[in-house]
Amino acid sequence: MNNDTNDNHWLTRPETIKKLWWAFSIVLALTVLAQAFIYVKGYFAVDGWFGFGAVFGFLSCLAMVVFAKLLGYVLKRGEDYYASGDDNA
Amino acid sequence: MPEWMSPALLMVAGALFIAFTRGHLRTLFVLGTPLLTLWAIWQVPDGVVATVGFLDYTIEPVEGSPVRRLFATIFALMAFAGGLYAFRQAKWYELSAAFVYASGAIGVSFAGDLITLFLFWELMALFSTVIVWCGGTPAARAAGIRYAIMHLLGGVILKVGIEGVVIHTGSIDVQPMLATNFDTWMILIGILINAAAPPVSAWLADSYPESSPTGSVFLSAFTTKTAVLALILLFPGEPVLVSVGLFMIMYGIIMALLENDIRRILAYSIVNQVGFMVCAVGIGTQMALNGAASHAFAHILYKALLFMSAGAVIYRTGLHRCTDLGGLFRTMPITAICGIIGALAISGFPLTSGFTTKTMISQAAADESLMFVYFMLAAASAGVFLHAGIKFPWFVFFQKDSGLRPKDAPWNMSVSMVLVSALCILLGVFPNLLYDLLPYPVEYVPYTAGKVLFYLQLLLFSGLAFFLLLPLMKRTETISLDWDWIWRVVLFRSASAIYSGAAKLGTALTANVSKGLEALRGKAETVFGSKLGRDGTFARAWSIGTTALWIAVLLTGYVLFYFI
Repeated sequence: MNNDTNDNHWLTRPETIKKLWWAFSIVLALTVLAQAFIYVKGYFAVDGWFGFGAVFGFLSCLAMVVFAKLLGYVLKRGEDYYASGDDNA
Repeated sequence: MPEWMSPALLMVAGALFIAFTRGHLRTLFVLGTPLLTLWAIWQVPDGVVATVGFLDYTIEPVEGSPVRRLFATIFALMAFAGGLYAFRQAKWYELSAAFVYASGAIGVSFAGDLITLFLFWELMALFSTVIVWCGGTPAARAAGIRYAIMHLLGGVILKVGIEGVVIHTGSIDVQPMLATNFDTWMILIGILINAAAPPVSAWLADSYPESSPTGSVFLSAFTTKTAVLALILLFPGEPVLVSVGLFMIMYGIIMALLENDIRRILAYSIVNQVGFMVCAVGIGTQMALNGAASHAFAHILYKALLFMSAGAVIYRTGLHRCTDLGGLFRTMPITAICGIIGALAISGFPLTSGFTTKTMISQAAADESLMFVYFMLAAASAGVFLHAGIKFPWFVFFQKDSGLRPKDAPWNMSVSMVLVSALCILLGVFPNLLYDLLPYPVEYVPYTAGKVLFYLQLLLFSGLAFFLLLPLMKRTETISLDWDWIWRVVLFRSASAIYSGAAKLGTALTANVSKGLEALRGKAETVFGSKLGRDGTFARAWSIGTTALWIAVLLTGYVLFYFI
């Protein structure tokens, strides 16, 4: 990610990033496993299922990112799109 | 202070003093006026405080109630935080305009009648336009004009609605109503334009990012949240607001995901957050209205914090695109940490103000068994983390190393950011500080183990989704078309086409008509020959005597015919 030889900030070193991924994975696993001990009240049945929050969160984000990506093909324009059109700017 | 005087007028006075003083004295007015106003706000008792006769109407310039005081409080607090953030960097006219703008918001908060509400409403429109213009670039000037047109149009629609209600009901009181006829629909539409509801939502993302680094902090706070208050006061439980709100929520997320401009990302997330509040007002239960009010309060703080963080970056680097930024955490740690706190708060992470207020709205949806709404809100909470919670800090402060090593924010900006960050956490840890100020008694417990776990799962797995899907979210140097494409391109081109068509038609007509006249003249000349022209019969000058003789003859003829 980083080719700047002057830059050796500990946060950007590959080994740190690897460690961060490990830590993040463990936290993710814990938040799901904790549901075995903590009762999550479901208001509409399904939202009380084991790991529902995790799956729902992940899938909604996936859906939104993919939708945005597809919409981007239709909506994205060059930065001077308006400048060449109606603006006097 | 006289009873009829709205605390808003203190802010107007402050704005005048800011304009006419300089140096430390001005600083004193910038920081002192909001605090004095805050004190005045808390002196306003419940109910109509005073009335003033105007024409045949009874004007109620100041009416107190918990929700009105709550909004006025956050507006005054924001004027203070914004003033502290801006006073060393912003131009005096920007500060002065910002204070009049804030006074408009406070005036609307206490408006007991629709006429007062309208006056302060327009005051906001005028002076927020000035703040957009303070961006100082040609783009800011153009965006400011578009902003002004939209808000003046919204004002006209609101005014039409108010006139209708006044004529048909005879009451100018600010009181709950439903959109059942033309008048009330006009009022609702006028308010929703200020709330950045579709299809005119584009004004917000168009104008706010063009303002100065300090101006956007003020802009983010007042207009849309005043609209939320107006909805709470006028349209609680209006069913159409639920769908409008849900649309705004999703629209904000998707558009923010497509954006490359850091302040435009935040602008779209205002629409998203206001969507939560609009939806809550639509649900309309006590829990929902409490949720809308408290979320507005919390939102103003963390959204201003995010704009402060973005503003500090723009102030120091002059850059505003994700593709140009990155790696700034090295030299701007305070800005980065405050930005991250704002990002966590907007995502509704436990222990931040977003969690204690947004979950109230979800709870209200669950209590009313609105399953679709509930799941949309949950998905949106995940989406907020995606588009604002991680995307903003990641692309600005981490991502790649852009090679930029700017200094951290100036001290006054830093102090203001730290102060607002502290408030975001304070309201997250001690939610009762805010709950006690809400319009209805709160029986809601935000921190139950199950709820915290559910939201942690939701948010952390959204985080996972973000990092796994990063390749799909690679920033491109593009802008995205929004609703404003309809008027900036389609309407503009149609108007241009009609104009040039009319011009062509005009030229063609003129040519044909003059050709026709020419032909006629030619014909006349051949028929009448020498009689036309300068020396012809028709152009001959007659002496006065001859004329008098002719008149005498004509009159004689007339008299004769009269008697016969």
